[in-house]
Amino acid sequence: MAHGATKEFKVTWGMVIDLDKCTGCGACMTACQVENNIAPMVDASNKMRTLSWMLVFELSNKKSGAEAEVAYLPRPCMQCGNPACVPVCPVVATEKNEEGGIVSQIYPRCIGCRYCMAACPYHARYFNWEDPIFPKGMEKALSPSTSARPRGVVEKCNFCHTRFMEAKDKARQEGGNPEGLADGAYMPACAEICPTGAISFGDVKNKEHKVFDLAQGKDAFRLLEKLGLNPQVYYVSKREWVRKLGDNYAATGKPGAAKKHS
Amino acid sequence: MEEKKQCKGCGGALPFLIGFVAMLVVGWVVFPKVIYSQKTQPVRFSHKIHQEQGMECANCHAFRDDGSYAGLPKNEKCQECHADVVGSDPAEKVYVEQYAQKNKEVPWLVYQYQPDNVFFSHKAHESFECKECHLEVGKMDTPPVYYENRLSGYSKQTMKMWQCERCHAENGVSNACHVCHK
Ligand code: SF4
Ligand code: SF4
Repeated sequence: MAHGATKEFKVTWGMVIDLDKCTGCGACMTACQVENNIAPMVDASNKMRTLSWMLVFELSNKKSGAEAEVAYLPRPCMQCGNPACVPVCPVVATEKNEEGGIVSQIYPRCIGCRYCMAACPYHARYFNWEDPIFPKGMEKALSPSTSARPRGVVEKCNFCHTRFMEAKDKARQEGGNPEGLADGAYMPACAEICPTGAISFGDVKNKEHKVFDLAQGKDAFRLLEKLGLNPQVYYVSKREWVRKLGDNYAATGKPGAAKKHS
Repeated sequence: MEEKKQCKGCGGALPFLIGFVAMLVVGWVVFPKVIYSQKTQPVRFSHKIHQEQGMECANCHAFRDDGSYAGLPKNEKCQECHADVVGSDPAEKVYVEQYAQKNKEVPWLVYQYQPDNVFFSHKAHESFECKECHLEVGKMDTPPVYYENRLSGYSKQTMKMWQCERCHAENGVSNACHVCHK
């Protein structure tokens, strides 16, 4: 992939997260860990070593009293159109080449150098400091959808990619078109489980998918748009202070993506 | 000088050559044999006899409604015909008495099992004939020997990544990592 260019795909899987609907319940994080065989941490209080493909952040408007407001921001991998993590990998263990635009991560190929972690501005990548330990009995409940990762490799969200493959198989079985899945045929675990329906998922280039309009809504934005990584994850909030936080650091004084900074 | 004399028998081209050839034999002939253990299937299943009854591969190896592949049939399927011994083959008796009637699934050895990080879709490859990738067991009375790599635990017959990639390249199918890996 040419450096600095966004590769175009016919289908672009994207997520639109409504931050006004998110209650911060963390169901998406749990669903993700089950779906993707993320072992419980031995010491989850050590945030340097925890591992969470989907992570909910708490945002605050920094006001007190009656004016205080919080919002919660679930952060998967943005599957950037122009990912920072891909060109830095010395062994091509991560790439953006497949139709749909999901950035892959191939664990047996990864040498654990963590260049990609340093490159990713969204902190979406995690390093396995230890071999996963599944409490007794839990190993029987492992999901066949995702391979387990050993110590020493990097991993990240892949929009529950196996669900994409399964949706294509289902379409083939039913005589449909695996290259043009219907809205809702492919849903990552987080989008499926979210009790408030804050997470929508689909092809952002397909007018028949709900996310097509959502991603273009006037309150839609992406994180750190000015960096130009062209994320495939969009956020929506009617609250201006929330939208402003979307571009909160590396502030240059110039408005990123047409949104003015205070 | 004296030391050189003492070593006369152990230096020179000949012992080197003997050692070289010996190691070649070990590397090319002995090691590839030693690395694989040989296993036989728990039941001598004859695909041939089933095919001769007019059965197709898909009669037992079928897709589920969601397009996933069920792979090997379970007792439930076999028992549609073999709840009791119906033929005269001793292998059938073994199956019926030791597995079907005891409600125990047969621990078949699968020649093509892929590592955990491979996602293979049979549905996407439906247009190919089974034997293009699988051993042509349909013509066999006795299942072939199963060679298990003693180090990796994988079957020798399983398809290698270069074979998958070559076929994808030849057919103009993407070789992006995510097409096959999970
Ligand atoms: S969010 Fe980070 S890990 Fe994901 S594609 Fe973008 S740069 Fe790579
Ligand atoms: S940690 Fe792995 S995926 Fe990341 S840059 Fe290094 S080799 Fe590539």
